[in-house]
Amino acid sequence: MVEIALPKNSRVQKGIVHKADKKLEKPRTLKIYRWDPEDPANPRMDTYEIDAADCGPMLLDALIKIKNEIDPTLTFRRSCREGICGSCAMNIDGQNTLACTKGLDETKGKITVRPLPHMPVIKDLVPDLTNLYAQYQSIEPWLKTDTPQPQSEWKQSREDREKLDGLYECILCACCSTSCPSYWWNSDKYLGPAVLLQAYRWLIDSRDEATGERLDDLEDPFRVYRCHTIMNCAKACPKGLSPAKAISEIKKMMVTREV
Amino acid sequence: MSEMRTPLSRVRGLGSAKKGTEHFWLQRVTALANIPLAVFFVSAMVAHAGADYLTVTAFLSRPIVALVMLLLILSMVWHMRLGLQVVIEDYIHGHTAKLLALILNTFFALAVGTASVLAILKLTL
Repeated sequence: MVEIALPKNSRVQKGIVHKADKKLEKPRTLKIYRWDPEDPANPRMDTYEIDAADCGPMLLDALIKIKNEIDPTLTFRRSCREGICGSCAMNIDGQNTLACTKGLDETKGKITVRPLPHMPVIKDLVPDLTNLYAQYQSIEPWLKTDTPQPQSEWKQSREDREKLDGLYECILCACCSTSCPSYWWNSDKYLGPAVLLQAYRWLIDSRDEATGERLDDLEDPFRVYRCHTIMNCAKACPKGLSPAKAISEIKKMMVTREV
Repeated sequence: MSEMRTPLSRVRGLGSAKKGTEHFWLQRVTALANIPLAVFFVSAMVAHAGADYLTVTAFLSRPIVALVMLLLILSMVWHMRLGLQVVIEDYIHGHTAKLLALILNTFFALAVGTASVLAILKLTL
């Protein structure tokens, strides 16, 4: 059955408050989830006060500032700081998004930062996405063809190329999958919005010759049909894509070949 | 030890069931059928609000009304079974418990369906 309450050792407790030691021009408070696998203590929410006047504009800037100036143990993933690598996906004020594209001025009051929901936590804001990556691998996200490789490139019409718009932009940050209740309950078998959007990206690619096999592999009560169009995925996507639409297109393809 | 399986092996599991579309499609078809059937049923019941027993049974025993009622029962019960199946698959994770719940779901739908059909037939025939 679904577990409603967290196990005892996962319950989040009040954490350490890092008060600012001087007067701040534009004070902002962040409450951040902390958990260290080497410390037997429960996870906790630490509080940090920073001066937004002396900080970059984005939430990631605030996290980096905290790590540099207040608490070097704070752990999070980041790389490109411009919304293209997907590393800094986390839950900010209850919404999964990228810390690097979330402006501090978009938030009000205390900012609550947690790791992506319902994933095992490696440390602090770093979730374990092993399962999601394996699921991505399982859909074989590469061009599959039987026709001998052409001398130049595989050709694609302008219209067919346009079908990949709204799909190719996905950066696999996992904001959508970890916002999906169906994925929370059944991520062992349900592929989830991120991987299904990627699956559709290959299904709809006019150059691919394995569409039927791809549909065969997806057609399963759990792999695809756990999607109940809850739409959290489309709401969460920091790139403005709609995995829900991609999934409904997959369902349409399956019905089309059957009915 | 299952821990030593690779993540990809765990994800691939027993492979795709290669079905699910029929379930998805039938759930939508029965949903579509339920719209006019339910509208008929509710308006018929509203029209007969406060009517006595004999009037209502006479209405229900008219062949065309009985036919629509039977269709309504079939479509609704079928839809209910498909819908509850999804809920069970979503939330019940123990293999035995899930299997048992799925079987009970089918039995329940069949029992409700046949009882309702029997009631209509008893009034009609």
